[in-house]
Amino acid sequence: MSDTIVSLPDQSTARIPKDNFLTRENGLLSWLLTGDHKRIAILYLISITFFFFIGGALAGLIRLELLTPQADLMATDTYNKVFSMHGIIMIFLFLVPSVPATLGNFFMPMMIGAKDLALPRINLLSWYLYVIGGILVVYTMVNGGVDTGWTFTTPLSTHYVNTNVVTTGLAVFVAGFSSVFTGLNFIVTIHKMRAPGMTWFRMPLFVWSNYAASILMVLGTPVLAITIVLVLLERTTGIGVFDPAKGGDPLLFQHLFWFYSHPAVYIMILPGMGVISETISTFSRKRVFGYTAVAFSSVAIAVFSFFVWAHHMFIMGISNYSTLVFSLMTMLVAVPSAIKIFNWTFTLYKGSITFETPMLYTFGFMGLFTIGGLTGVFLGTSGTDIHLTETYFIVAHFHFVMVGGMLMAFLAGIHFWWPKMTGRMYPEKISQLAALVTFIGFNFTFFPQFILGVLGMPRRYAAYPPEFQVLNVFSTAGATILGVGYLLPVLYLTWSLKYGAIAGDNPWQATGLEWQTQSPPLTENFKEIPVMDHEAYDYEWLENQQQAERNRAGQNPERQKEMEAPSAG
Amino acid sequence: MPDSTAIGQSALETANPANSANTANHEHPSYLRHHFASVEQQADTANFAMWLFLLTEVMFFGGLFTAYLIYRNWYYPAFVAGSHQLNVYWGTLNTVVLICSSFTMAMGVWCAQTRRRSGLVLCLILTLILGLGFLGIKTIEYSEKIEKHHVPGFHYSLQSFLDPDSDAAAKAAGDRPLPLDMARHTEVYFSLYFLMTGMHALHMIIGIGILGFMILRARAGAYTAGHTTFVLNFGLYWHFVDIIWIYLFALLYLISRHA
Repeated sequence: MSDTIVSLPDQSTARIPKDNFLTRENGLLSWLLTGDHKRIAILYLISITFFFFIGGALAGLIRLELLTPQADLMATDTYNKVFSMHGIIMIFLFLVPSVPATLGNFFMPMMIGAKDLALPRINLLSWYLYVIGGILVVYTMVNGGVDTGWTFTTPLSTHYVNTNVVTTGLAVFVAGFSSVFTGLNFIVTIHKMRAPGMTWFRMPLFVWSNYAASILMVLGTPVLAITIVLVLLERTTGIGVFDPAKGGDPLLFQHLFWFYSHPAVYIMILPGMGVISETISTFSRKRVFGYTAVAFSSVAIAVFSFFVWAHHMFIMGISNYSTLVFSLMTMLVAVPSAIKIFNWTFTLYKGSITFETPMLYTFGFMGLFTIGGLTGVFLGTSGTDIHLTETYFIVAHFHFVMVGGMLMAFLAGIHFWWPKMTGRMYPEKISQLAALVTFIGFNFTFFPQFILGVLGMPRRYAAYPPEFQVLNVFSTAGATILGVGYLLPVLYLTWSLKYGAIAGDNPWQATGLEWQTQSPPLTENFKEIPVMDHEAYDYEWLENQQQAERNRAGQNPERQKEMEAPSAG
Repeated sequence: MPDSTAIGQSALETANPANSANTANHEHPSYLRHHFASVEQQADTANFAMWLFLLTEVMFFGGLFTAYLIYRNWYYPAFVAGSHQLNVYWGTLNTVVLICSSFTMAMGVWCAQTRRRSGLVLCLILTLILGLGFLGIKTIEYSEKIEKHHVPGFHYSLQSFLDPDSDAAAKAAGDRPLPLDMARHTEVYFSLYFLMTGMHALHMIIGIGILGFMILRARAGAYTAGHTTFVLNFGLYWHFVDIIWIYLFALLYLISRHA
């Protein structure tokens, strides 16, 4: 057993194919007016990275302020704005579109053997909507920001703050439609565009989890849209749907908001889980254990997640009976997530595991997501929730899921598919180091926050009692390490665009259809529409395929030369 | 495992138009986009996408309907008194107008499918006129509300609810004076009235804009050469907006008008 599965073509002769989706057309307009899902994915990747670093800089400011117990770095009002903008940018402009709009956009059509998403122009429209939303957020920041928190809680947002609720609300509304259109496009594509032989249960699990996330986007996001509209109209015209002075109920806002925003956390995590299914299979050379269970667990998460929203409201005065039901449902939604974790673990069992960077991030995901998920069960239990809610325990919990889970999965996916997207490998050693740094930095940053939360440090304050300082210093120090961990990939991935080793079609020896075509792919993805005649993650099929290829080449050296000629020219 | 291959086989034949299309589809019509294997697959896909879009619309209006249901349960007397301020005759007329427009739209789809260009143009123009008629009547209704100071937020008067005898509509409906607290909640009713009908009217305006565009294209014969997807999908949208109105009419105008 070798310690790596990487198989690169001979570097002295290998070339990037001349005709690919990056070179087919040139000029700025060919990008801005493109219908190609791969180009749109790249546009998304650039824009979400931009916003990730803005959001990350804001996080840095938060941690810097919390280095000392006094509110000394910035005014408390400013602090409120900083954490609000951090949340809004990270959730609506990074986490929600992160995997679906970049990796999903790029690879989902390829995985099912389609030439493009079903609605290419809608796909481009959704990127433009995202950009408009992003510009509105930047405008809001330049204009003084907003300090409602990312939840726009009424009546605070409608009556009591004088910051830029309207522009932020519009930004979320517009960016929301970007997500609706992405989800709609994915569902239609998965239903109607599969290649011959690509049955539902031959689809890679990445496609399944994106499908489940798309259902949530399509059903949940419009509710957020109308809720934001109601908040904005209440703020600007004074109609009274949430205004207690007129008989409206602020709790209704919470119900409508969390009806979207709880499923939204699964919009964020499900596509990440899809990435993990792909990497864990590839780097342990085994079909994902319990494929069907993992596929259905994605759908189960999507369904259950619509019936747990009120666990965000246990201390807001909802009835004991709904607390009971929602508490129970919250524990139920942990079951399909656990199914995934267990099945991934069993996939590792007796697998030929190798430790390339995507796999390191995958291990990071599994550990951190498990902690994040389990603490979610603590919080779903109403008794502990009443103690822990609005403390740093919550902050630690959702950062474990979102940053420890989703961001790890995103980075795993970026490294895993980087050779396919660009045709070049990333540098392995330094990226393994980056994965390690990220993991260490992450734990330093967020683990102390669990303890702080149990001790009772409330979230959303710039100042705290001096006895909490030691753990906060730990957390801030960890954030610095984490920052390095996130900066490294940007540097070496950019470097690899020019200097990385030529990756060839299938450097990981992976089974997905996206690996059975050239890297970077053609604009139309495949030379001819592939026929799926085997199950997903069938490494034996791949082996036979390559054996047959070698035999053909061996029998017919002329043909081999022919095959190499275009790539060499 | 033997089952899975059987499933795979049947899916090969049914779920994938790409297969059958390769043989059936000799000519490539100009409207067939490059990433579809066949015209049927393209039409199917667009149609499915439209239904999904309408689903998102259902969820969008769903938020408003939820708010309506909750507040109507809490403030029933206020909702009844509020609904008496609406003009049920205008409302009924508008319902008739919209149903007629749905009929002309359906006829338009039929004309497109049977390749009758002038019939399609006529149907679309009629739909457009009926849509504008609906908005005209809605404007009359809105101006009545403005005159009676029933616009929440801007200038809201409780006169009609505290002293129904001073108000012709309330008097005709036989309203009793509401307690001050309940009378205030009529503002919630009118908030929802303006939100729901306003959101509906916005959809009408967007629809009328698209209709205008379609009429120009239909005159050029764009939809009567076999490619009817756009007309069909717009028809779905128009019927959807119509259905929303039917719910709004029942929920807002007819609250206490049963025997």
